[in-house]
Amino acid sequence: MSDLRFTKDHEWVRLDGDVAVVGITDYAQEQLGDVVFVELPAVGKTVAQGEETAVVESVKAASEVYAAVGGEVVEINESLGAEPGIVNSDPTGAGWFVKLKVTKRDEFDTLMDKATYDAYLAEIS
Amino acid sequence: MSERGITTEHRALMLEEPLIFEQGAEGRTGVDLPRPQTDDDRLGGVARRGPIGLPGLSEPQVVRHFTRLSQKNYAIDMGLYPLGSCTMKHNPRLNERLARLPGLADIHPLQPESTVQGGLELIDRLAHWLKTLTGMPAVAMSPAAGAHGELCGLMTIRAALEDRGDTRARVLVPESAHGTNPATATLCGYSVSAVPANRNGRIDLAALETALSADVAALMLTNPNTCGLFEDDILAVADAVHTAGAFVYVDGANFNALVGRVRPGDLGADAMHINLHKTFSTPHGGGGPGSGPVVLSEELAPYAPLPWVVHDDAGFRLVEHGDGKELGRMKAFHGQMGMFVRALAYMMSHGADGLRQVADDAVLNANYLLARLSDVLTPAYPGSCMHECLFDDEFLKGTGVTTLDFAKALIDAGYHPMTMYFPLVVQGALLMEPTESESKDSLDRFIETTRALAQRARDGDAAWFHACPQFAPRRRLDETSAARKPVLRWRPPDKDAAA
Repeated sequence: MSDLRFTKDHEWVRLDGDVAVVGITDYAQEQLGDVVFVELPAVGKTVAQGEETAVVESVKAASEVYAAVGGEVVEINESLGAEPGIVNSDPTGAGWFVKLKVTKRDEFDTLMDKATYDAYLAEIS
Repeated sequence: MSERGITTEHRALMLEEPLIFEQGAEGRTGVDLPRPQTDDDRLGGVARRGPIGLPGLSEPQVVRHFTRLSQKNYAIDMGLYPLGSCTMKHNPRLNERLARLPGLADIHPLQPESTVQGGLELIDRLAHWLKTLTGMPAVAMSPAAGAHGELCGLMTIRAALEDRGDTRARVLVPESAHGTNPATATLCGYSVSAVPANRNGRIDLAALETALSADVAALMLTNPNTCGLFEDDILAVADAVHTAGAFVYVDGANFNALVGRVRPGDLGADAMHINLHKTFSTPHGGGGPGSGPVVLSEELAPYAPLPWVVHDDAGFRLVEHGDGKELGRMKAFHGQMGMFVRALAYMMSHGADGLRQVADDAVLNANYLLARLSDVLTPAYPGSCMHECLFDDEFLKGTGVTTLDFAKALIDAGYHPMTMYFPLVVQGALLMEPTESESKDSLDRFIETTRALAQRARDGDAAWFHACPQFAPRRRLDETSAARKPVLRWRPPDKDAAA
């Protein structure tokens, strides 16, 4: 999906109007292994770009998930509570983490597009 | 008949062992208790009416159960235990003999001080050794384990800062740190900022200087660090932290690499916990218990928790009330007495020169592993290591074998696996700490086994790895289900459902 933007910490973000959907990339879920727990923020919380917004725990490790763009949390993916495995099976779709009401649209534009992110992955792996 | 066609489920001497609750039967007992002579229980009607659900077994059944379980275990007494970041070293039998002396084993913390002078002297003597070996003026003996010691150290730092009227909000922790460091800081009410490592696996001094501010209470630093590397810049690091008005908390988990060679007090430490179960050979894993005395600087010493031992012309006594600056108690009584006995036995049986050799041999053994495995595994960082050696999973790239598979294969080869996937900063980490306990022969056997496994992975035998372990009491466990749907307690089968 070409409308996704990516961070160096392997989060993706998609804009629906002024709402940003944030999750972790396929590469991130592959590196983590089976996800067993996801801790999500409270709805209504405001996070700045790059600030910790969630924690994802796998059989190997626990990692922070950072807000790819700043904004107010308007919705969290409740289904990850009962079925954290969705993060592995559909990381950029049903495995989304949070929806943020974006305040600074230009933060989105600073992120990597798919081609740049793929090149970044090739460089680090 | 069972799947294997054998009714017992046993395979030779590998015995299938049900839970003790599954073996119990109602009305069976291992003891013949006298019948109560009166029905008058004097419990005022609160006596339990229903059964309490204890399993009914005879004494031989109980003995067999626990003996069989113990035989499924892998222990330092059975072979090399290369678990990194844990220091699984030999627990000398001399320690155990001394800890069982009635004068040390059968005393109680509430006895009059005049009847436990020897016990108090032992605590005082051990405190003296710990202060001498670390070059620090004070020590709090009561913390019950490493993380408890961290909490004690950080609480003294917080108290000292508050006394100065200098409330600070942040604690810095290197990104390779053990998880207890940020957890401790958080428990103490601080927010945690991670300090990145440089490409040599050490703390990035420039990044540290940038992160330091008037808001930083302390840096928590493990040295040697969790990558098994000595923090070369430690003097500059401590200077920078002190210049910023903050404290240096040293995580002493890896003091076993330095003892007798380097005194953390000389490196700028303000507080450091010492894991007696790592550096000083008290039992570790499976119950210990741990023990984590904390050495403190002159400035932090007034805040040490109660109680402490002092000695004057009248003998040894416990100070149980301070002048109000101290933290109060962090634990009932004075600490892990049984561990104090073992640690002091270890120190006195080795002597100062022997302790130095312990550190030397631990570092030598780890470097021997590193040197002899470097051409088949991939070291995470260049250069030599301290007490443990760290590899990444680059050598497994393209083989279809993961660090986890490699660890499971080691089980089949008769070894407890190394630490894996930790520290998190290293991709697919394999962390090995042989300790000084191992002879060259035993290291050579482990090296040959590990080299053979690496060769097998390169030869493309991924399917064999995926099937490991084949000879353990259980095959590959479903770690995902265990984490997602843990079954944390046994429940009696539902009789109605069974009927």
